[in-house]
Amino acid sequence: MVKYVIRRILLMIPTIWVMVTVVFFAMHVLPGDPAISILGEYASAEALENLRKELGLDQPLIIQYLDFLWDMVRGDLGNSLSNNKPVSWLILSVLPYSVILSFSAILISIIIGIPIGILSALKRNHWIDYIARIAALLGFSTPTFYLGILLLLLFSLKLDLFPMIGGGELSNLGSMLHHLTLPALAMGLVNASIVTRMTRSAVLDVMNEDYVQTARSKGLQERKVIYKHALRNALIPVIAVIGVYVGVTLGTAVLTEIVFNRPGIGKLLVGAVYNRDYPTIQGTLVVFAAFIAFINLLTDLSYGIADPRVRYE
Amino acid sequence: MTRKKRSALAVFRESKIAIAGSILIVVVVSIAILAPWVSPYDPREQKVVKRLQGPQADYLLGTDHYGRDILTRIIWGSRTSLTVGLLAVTFAGLLGTCLGIIAGYKGGWIENFIMRAADVFLSLPSLLTGLIVIVALGSGISNVVIAISVALTPRFIRLAHGPTLSLKEIGYVEATRASGGQEIRIMLRHILPNIIGPIAVMATLWVATAIRIEASLSFLGLGTQPPNSSWGLMLKSGVDNIMISPYLAVFPGLAIMFAVMAFNMVGDGLRDALDPKLQG
Amino acid sequence: MAKLIEVKNLKTNFYTIGGVVRAVNGVDFTIEREKTLGVVGESGCGKSVTALSIMRLIQPPGMIDEGEILFHQKGKVIDLTRLNAKGPIMRSIRGNEIAMIFQEPMTSLNPVFTIGDQIMESIMLHQRLGKDDARDKAVEMLKAVGIPSPEVRIGEYPHQLSGGMRQRAMIAMAISCKPSLLIADEPTTALDVTIQAQVLNLMNGLRTEFQTAIMFITHDLGVIAHMADDVIVMYLGRVVESGTVRQIFHNPTHPYTRGLMNSIPSLAETKEKRLIPIEGVVPDILDVGGGCGFESRCPDKMDICKREVPILTAISLGHHSACWLHAK
Repeated sequence: MVKYVIRRILLMIPTIWVMVTVVFFAMHVLPGDPAISILGEYASAEALENLRKELGLDQPLIIQYLDFLWDMVRGDLGNSLSNNKPVSWLILSVLPYSVILSFSAILISIIIGIPIGILSALKRNHWIDYIARIAALLGFSTPTFYLGILLLLLFSLKLDLFPMIGGGELSNLGSMLHHLTLPALAMGLVNASIVTRMTRSAVLDVMNEDYVQTARSKGLQERKVIYKHALRNALIPVIAVIGVYVGVTLGTAVLTEIVFNRPGIGKLLVGAVYNRDYPTIQGTLVVFAAFIAFINLLTDLSYGIADPRVRYE
Repeated sequence: MTRKKRSALAVFRESKIAIAGSILIVVVVSIAILAPWVSPYDPREQKVVKRLQGPQADYLLGTDHYGRDILTRIIWGSRTSLTVGLLAVTFAGLLGTCLGIIAGYKGGWIENFIMRAADVFLSLPSLLTGLIVIVALGSGISNVVIAISVALTPRFIRLAHGPTLSLKEIGYVEATRASGGQEIRIMLRHILPNIIGPIAVMATLWVATAIRIEASLSFLGLGTQPPNSSWGLMLKSGVDNIMISPYLAVFPGLAIMFAVMAFNMVGDGLRDALDPKLQG
Repeated sequence: MAKLIEVKNLKTNFYTIGGVVRAVNGVDFTIEREKTLGVVGESGCGKSVTALSIMRLIQPPGMIDEGEILFHQKGKVIDLTRLNAKGPIMRSIRGNEIAMIFQEPMTSLNPVFTIGDQIMESIMLHQRLGKDDARDKAVEMLKAVGIPSPEVRIGEYPHQLSGGMRQRAMIAMAISCKPSLLIADEPTTALDVTIQAQVLNLMNGLRTEFQTAIMFITHDLGVIAHMADDVIVMYLGRVVESGTVRQIFHNPTHPYTRGLMNSIPSLAETKEKRLIPIEGVVPDILDVGGGCGFESRCPDKMDICKREVPILTAISLGHHSACWLHAK
């Protein structure tokens, strides 16, 4: 088991490195001159040259790349072009909001999705199953940001139950929860539909396995057969799916933060894209990449805990 | 012991969901094609006096922030969504399937390289991948198609790679005497027909994904640009003006749901139809 | 010898989309205490469904429509078909007094639990022992089935064991509660030939040691000859011949049984004898109409065979055949 864990952690490094490299080269493929974007078209050639020197843009690409890597490892992501604050500081100040949002959304999707998926599978072709499947299809087809808009319209604008804007104060739990509810629900419900579908199909598959029959043949109560023997195996692919969807959640978090005008990495990224604030764009994408690699690691580890066959590879 | 197998078509036809989904797709595609004749107004016709009004006699779904008819713009928006969705999936499908088959067939460092690259891109959420491409290339419909293709290609690679590994064993005898030209023939004749099934299923489902990504990018202002109509772009204006009039924020979203759901339903139906466990 | 299980006119049907599958179509036989009954027949003849019916493990769309399964349990006689399959009485019998082992040990053992856990589960369920006592018992069982270093093995997962050992572990799990009947559904078919012999000998030894009767299901006549005391031959959901293993092998009477005997190669034959396969293929069980199921392939068929189902008639004491040839 220990070897498995160490191997997975070591694998994380090249993955992050590749993603970060992709980000870097995407940034530097851009047409257009960042110096002009900042100083404007009418700046003097000298001023432009100075700025380029300052931003390191006059160096060959490889040198820029290596500098970038070196800085990144030390935690220096450059300074924002919009307000000259360090990008890492900007990110850290909004990171908690994003983390809490993603985490809550996943929690909601698991709490709602897994039980409904199980129920749906066990009562196959019953009316409960049909309703659950249609609901899941509807949820699956709804863009998260749209559900967010609808929730915003109903609960915020019309009913005035929840705030429209912002993330609340970090120190105040009540305020945080109040601002968290609608966005987390929007993301959570859509994700729940995916979790439901996956759980349902996993349970159906497992119920057909031979060892379920063996468990019954030992005289176990049906309840024990399902919850102990079947579910334990069915949850393995579900863990994998949840791991994948955490990644997807980070994507939808971006949109949700825009809809609810909530501080977070997503909002930071989009704002940076509008303002052509390349250091910030680069920095947030790097953080995203690291986050995703970390989530993959956690998923793999959970996999190892859940499925003993994997541990002994 | 022989047992009659229900054909894939029969299973598909039995699924009410699949049939309903197919009908919906036909509806959406027809609307998109017939847009100029079906829409009550010209999509660019503005009547600023009437901006942001709700459903009424002249404007069935209301007007947007420039006084344009929402219904018309939704109808024209279907063109954008469908074009982008189908184009992106086609490109990604062609490229991804080829790469996947090559990777599975050739093995060695080619396979390693392609699959590792695919894995890296797969771990990024599609929206972010699309975003990175947009940042690199700029916004606009054509770039959106490229962005979504890039996001979807790794999925096709992964999809085509697995079955190729098992299928290449069957063509092995011929392969031992194969030169470059013959290898391509093996790949086309033996491998491709067998993977078409699952690829078609996922391609249908991923059209829904593509439509959604286009809407998301446009919603962020980074996709389709005005004055082109896009459902996502309409939602963006809708949110910007949400305090004045909610309709611009509601109706385009329903259109998105409609289209996405249609493709999901058909994709699900196809998947069940091709599932060996459900036959016979 | 005393009767343990009496199956009378058992009919188990599956109501599928394609039609009604009469998997077990009127089957009678008896299993006696501490004896081995061999059940032989080709795939699809209903042997496994019969076993699952006895265990009351038939899942929808299947159900037992008719017949009785009488279990002679310490002086009482219970009809297992009358019990609620998921209810406490049947569950106290299943795994405890009647146990079953299956063909594929890899897929029949739960991959995420250790074999120790899976054996202990039975013990703790039926014998009310605490965890430590159950563990000791489980180690004992592993020893009894010939698994070396049982204290180590008990903490291992199924995928860490070889095929033969997995099957032994399954056997250990099944006999841990000293059942009076062990049903074995093709237990050695998936194993290598050398391992097969070991497992078969093990089962014979356990039968004496634990005083268990065995219902041994297989399509392999050689194994039947080795293991069984009594034999029933099944075809398309019916018993076509039954008797002691001697009677069946020395005097196969039903055309199907004779066909089976002729199709197997025998090392004892010195002359170059051609193997005579049975003509035709097993008909689709949905297409079976009235009359004898074997009629389409029978070299001795008569007019009456198409019209009426033959009944089991006695050839000699304890030897029965269901064929119109002998019914005069």
